[in-house]
Amino acid sequence: MDLSFNAEERAFQSEVRGFIAKNLTEEMKRATALTPSVFSDPDIGMAWQRALHKQGWGAPGWPVDHSGPSWTPAQRWIFESECARAGVPNVNVMGVKMVGPVIIGFGSPEQKNFYLPRILSGEDYWCQGYSEPGSGSDLSSLRTRAVRDGDDYIINGTKIWTTHAHHANRMFALVRTSDGPRQQDGISFILIDMKTPGITTRPILTIGGDHEVNQVFFDDVRVPVANRVGDEGKGWTYGKYLLEFERGSGIASAKLREGLRAITELAESDLTGRAIDSPDIASRISEVEVDIDALEMTELRVLSALQTGQNPGAVSSILKLRNSEIRQAVTRLGVDVIGHDALAVEPMRPLYKLNHEPALPADMLTVVPEYLNGRAYTIFGGTSEIQRDIIAKMMLGI
Amino acid sequence: MDLNLSDEQRLLRESAERFVAESYDADHRRKTANDPLGFSPAVWKQFAELGWLALPIPEEFDGLGGGPVEIGILMEAFGRGLVSEPYVATIVLGAALIDRCGSTAQKQASLPKIADGSLKLAFAHSERAARFDLAKVATIANKTAQGWHLSGSKIAVLDGHAADEIIVSAHLHDHQGPSGRIGLFLVPATAQGLAISDYPRLGGGRACNVELSDVQLAEDALLGDGKDALPAIEWAVDRAMAALGAEAVGIMQTLLDTTLDYTKIRKQFGRPLSANQVIRHRLADMAIQVDEARSMALRAALKADQPPVERARAASAAKAKIGKCARFVGEQSIQLHGGMGVTEELEVGAYFKRLVAFDTLFGGSAHHYGRHAQLSRTTQPA
Repeated sequence: MDLSFNAEERAFQSEVRGFIAKNLTEEMKRATALTPSVFSDPDIGMAWQRALHKQGWGAPGWPVDHSGPSWTPAQRWIFESECARAGVPNVNVMGVKMVGPVIIGFGSPEQKNFYLPRILSGEDYWCQGYSEPGSGSDLSSLRTRAVRDGDDYIINGTKIWTTHAHHANRMFALVRTSDGPRQQDGISFILIDMKTPGITTRPILTIGGDHEVNQVFFDDVRVPVANRVGDEGKGWTYGKYLLEFERGSGIASAKLREGLRAITELAESDLTGRAIDSPDIASRISEVEVDIDALEMTELRVLSALQTGQNPGAVSSILKLRNSEIRQAVTRLGVDVIGHDALAVEPMRPLYKLNHEPALPADMLTVVPEYLNGRAYTIFGGTSEIQRDIIAKMMLGI
Repeated sequence: MDLNLSDEQRLLRESAERFVAESYDADHRRKTANDPLGFSPAVWKQFAELGWLALPIPEEFDGLGGGPVEIGILMEAFGRGLVSEPYVATIVLGAALIDRCGSTAQKQASLPKIADGSLKLAFAHSERAARFDLAKVATIANKTAQGWHLSGSKIAVLDGHAADEIIVSAHLHDHQGPSGRIGLFLVPATAQGLAISDYPRLGGGRACNVELSDVQLAEDALLGDGKDALPAIEWAVDRAMAALGAEAVGIMQTLLDTTLDYTKIRKQFGRPLSANQVIRHRLADMAIQVDEARSMALRAALKADQPPVERARAASAAKAKIGKCARFVGEQSIQLHGGMGVTEELEVGAYFKRLVAFDTLFGGSAHHYGRHAQLSRTTQPA
């Protein structure tokens, strides 16, 4: 056993650091630090995606014959960790990490040829049409309907919590194409051009004051049958395959550590009257840091298993659950650390384009919004309750 | 970066698990529970034959040269069987301190005998007034023309009643008074002025308090050359915490397995307990915490030979986190067993008590989060 990286892995690490030093602009860094929502706005995120793509690193998880860099699990971990440490933009995952693998796995040759290069280059910007007002955790009860009409489907219904729908030019969606005894069997996976007539988008503001998610309405929206991925009625299988990616990218500890580092820096600063000098705050920082240590170690154990071709199993649900809980602990700690300044609300967005002097120090601008928006971490991508169901079923057999 | 077990490590795990499953069952535990010795000399002999006593001892002293990861593998299996043999006292603490502090002659005299099972040790360091501060030692060793005179009181000495020799820490005083250094002494169990009062230990095995009233020792009873032993003590205790953490993981895993089985069998309102989501989620949380504890124990073992601050931070992190997980898993195991969990009729309580003892040993979670926080603000080596 060895916790340290070998010479080859260290060489890769300095290659990544070199790349980041050369391509991460001050503007990207500042914008990322001042973004209290999950993903960077497209102007920032896609600039980074283009730089990655130019380097051949646009899609680390994709197979080599689709331009993936064929990294080992350890290399992927190093890459993600270095990115988190440096504070690179949080590229919206809907394209590269979510719809990409589905198209690679189940798409037609035409779909692969058309969509994949456009995902890599950032030419297309994707959003995900899964949840509906009546279908949250019970996703397979979804009712947005696609009715066959010649070579088209006609889609009616609504999707909600659609991240960056207001920026996206494409959506991948789960729609109902038939009603059967098992509701999962009537679902298809379909790719929709957001400019198609009949689609409207309504913004939803989160409690942190950010516009990240939307509700999308479909009113007789005509989509070619050729835009269906795989077989009709098999969408649930593809959708679940994708959710595995959403939960199980499995590399979160470095980002959490970076978040805690920022909070600790505030606690050590005169701006907070040195909150760290309170033994309670100091102990809680340690408590969160130790939770991150445990998560990181579990990530590395999973990665070691993957390196030798073993299947880590339901542990990806543990990683998702703990990542979300620890993230909330970090942001909660942040609110306590900034003390009085937690009272000040700065409503303007984006914060990195702020054109006036804010009421609180700039380093604290995202603290409360991140805490508030952060409540969503234990809800999206399968709530903590759903994760516990999965752990009980898959790990404990009950 | 590779956290997979090597072939040797896998074999060690298999043989330890097999031994515990076959020989260290509930029947065995019941028999030793009321034994005044608190463990079985026959089992200790088996440990020697299996090479487990030689495991961390260097090869030049008849050992196998294993490290903290191998100790952890063994300790996790011990936890599953609630093993009460004095392994931590003799091997993890005793042998390690002699190996680190002793002269070549002292190592030659002790280590091969530890490896073959003929020498058992204990480490008497904690004192009532010190609480969990390892640097605080009131016991005094006065240098005389013939050797040393030791006086003081030690508490919570693991397995001291069974030890042939006890390693005692004391502040070194010479004719000029206090030297400011702590020394470690090998004190024979039969030494004049040494009084041991032992008691059954929470969760199995025994511990004792030790009174030293002007115990006279030869010059070479002092381990090594008299340089301050505090860094060695901290090093050894950090290793012991990693080992005990691994043992706690084994205990927790057994409690989780047992509780899971019980919730599948026990029926209320016409269905098994495990049919209730509130029960399934509780068990999921227990499984998560066992897994987190496993990660932390392994991490502490892998960092046991890092520079002092990094090592100590990892050890305190593990002790704090595993202690927290242990309390949760232990308490919930009892809760889900209902009234039966609170009785001596099931073994759940015995496993729980060992976890409570674990959490207390060398300081509980609050102490170690505090130590971790302090070390986080330390830039120079501890």
